[in-house]
Amino acid sequence: MPAKASRAAFGEALLELGAENDRIVTVDADLSKSTMTAKFAHTYPNRAFNVGIAESGMIGLAAGLALAGRIPFACSFACFVVGRFETIRVSVAYTNAPVKLVGTHVGVAIGEDGYTQMGLEDIACIRSLPNIPIVQPADEIETKQAVAAAVEHDGPIYLRLTRQSLEPVHDAAYRFTFGKADVLRPGHDVTILATGGTVWNSLEAAKTLAENGINAEVVNVATIKPIDEDALLLSAGKTGRVVTVEDHSIHGGLGGAVAELFAEVMPTPVKRLGVTGFGESGDPAGLYRKHGLDPDGIARSVTKFLNR
Amino acid sequence: MANPDLAKLDAIAREGRVQIIRMLTHAGSGHPGGSLSVIDILVDLYFNRMRYDPRRPTWEDRDRFVLSKGHCVPAQYFCMAKAGFFPESQLLTLRKLGSPLQGHPDRVALPGVEAATGSLGQGLSVATGMALGLKLAGKSARVYCVLGDGEMQEGQVWESLMSAPKLGAPHHHLDNLCVILDGNGIQLDDFVKKILDLEPVVEKLKAYGWPVLDINGHDIGQIDKALDQAEATRGAPTFIVAHTVKGKGVSFMENQPEWHGKAPKPAEAVQAIREIAGQPLPAWVEPIVAELQAMEKK
Repeated sequence: MPAKASRAAFGEALLELGAENDRIVTVDADLSKSTMTAKFAHTYPNRAFNVGIAESGMIGLAAGLALAGRIPFACSFACFVVGRFETIRVSVAYTNAPVKLVGTHVGVAIGEDGYTQMGLEDIACIRSLPNIPIVQPADEIETKQAVAAAVEHDGPIYLRLTRQSLEPVHDAAYRFTFGKADVLRPGHDVTILATGGTVWNSLEAAKTLAENGINAEVVNVATIKPIDEDALLLSAGKTGRVVTVEDHSIHGGLGGAVAELFAEVMPTPVKRLGVTGFGESGDPAGLYRKHGLDPDGIARSVTKFLNR
Repeated sequence: MANPDLAKLDAIAREGRVQIIRMLTHAGSGHPGGSLSVIDILVDLYFNRMRYDPRRPTWEDRDRFVLSKGHCVPAQYFCMAKAGFFPESQLLTLRKLGSPLQGHPDRVALPGVEAATGSLGQGLSVATGMALGLKLAGKSARVYCVLGDGEMQEGQVWESLMSAPKLGAPHHHLDNLCVILDGNGIQLDDFVKKILDLEPVVEKLKAYGWPVLDINGHDIGQIDKALDQAEATRGAPTFIVAHTVKGKGVSFMENQPEWHGKAPKPAEAVQAIREIAGQPLPAWVEPIVAELQAMEKK
């Protein structure tokens, strides 16, 4: 399977699901070409609504549509979605309106557009709200199944999707299960918990580590909330050390969720890899190197963490 | 509705005003001014207009009501209790620990409330979504949304005002949506005119593409006629600008910004209720006055 952006896989999945289920509708705020709902809008013009550049109104509209029995996907860049936190907080979470929130263009990986367009705090924001789970798929096959799971999920949900292409980390037989983490590479020296665009990089890092005698277990954490406590405790119980890898602020994201879990349940050293401070313009590969999210950077950080 | 029983509706509104004062006095906090300004509108909606079944609050074909100015929910709770959504005795649990009658509307806690509101500016977006969803589902149910005039300073309101007259075209125009502005002219800090004047609000709304009706929001006959007109309008949602008086019915509360968000003390409540109910005091009001007088002595 060739590499594909999870936003592109989302757009394709929505088109297929929309053919079977006419309750599915999309709500966009002038970014449908970027969130990849444009094809759905073209195919089902009566079920696609573009409210203009008005994200608060978009999320509120989606809440009303959901309460009236539709299955609305409200889509924008992740930073603009959670930028309307107060509307999500009251009209979606507290109202418990089954809106499917979709945030694309996550992380520094969007590159040249720079910080204002980068979703870097979205997981932290949504994690603080009851009722809304968070799913970030790692490749095309997982994305398509996650979108189907979002349709089936009886309640609101947040899908976190990438602009950049993602190399496949699963084979065709893979089955995504909401709430479950999956071990992509077994190991016993350290647990690497990765999500989204950094999963493949973590697998590459594990190869480098193996050459140096470190046997890393790589776990794909697609459902960030609720986190798969059993799988994480099982892996860390075996390895005794945990590293989290995400293209998101190191505060409050996957790393935060994992640190909270281990601090309370099974004290275990945790190293959080991610973005510190703001993002900036630049080429995506250069930004990943700068933030240590490329395979070499991950391998270096893991080695240093184990040797401390 | 043809020939509404105005005397009956006015009597319900009067009862509503008494219960609002009573509830807030027991709660010890809340928003009397806006609850008293909006009650006539809500009484017509609940007792002469909307189709609903209190025994089946999720009935798919029900009309929807969204109180975007959620702080005035005591007026809605009165209507809901009177309509049979929950026992009237529960009104006195307003704002108390464990009560479904939250300080601001909570859809999950209280069946019959359609959306959580109170974070101002959001209700119209949600109501618009409901209207669109009902159209897509082929339902003839209508959606009513009440806004406050201070609330109209929120940017999200104008996002929805811009899109609602255009959404759903060409097959699903939102003529099933009716927005009512409780224009009482006062917000928390002061008069709306002093904080950030909305005028000319009718012209602004017309420029955004809304058919606008301008009425006295305490004249139930006018309210009902405007709602008739909204229901008969095809191809666009309707906006009713209802001119109201904050604290309507209680002389010392009327047009006083300080009564935006302050509960009356028992003695003030007794005075307010005597004014609302009139003399001689009707028999049903006597125990309420006695109850509040007992509170006063504690």
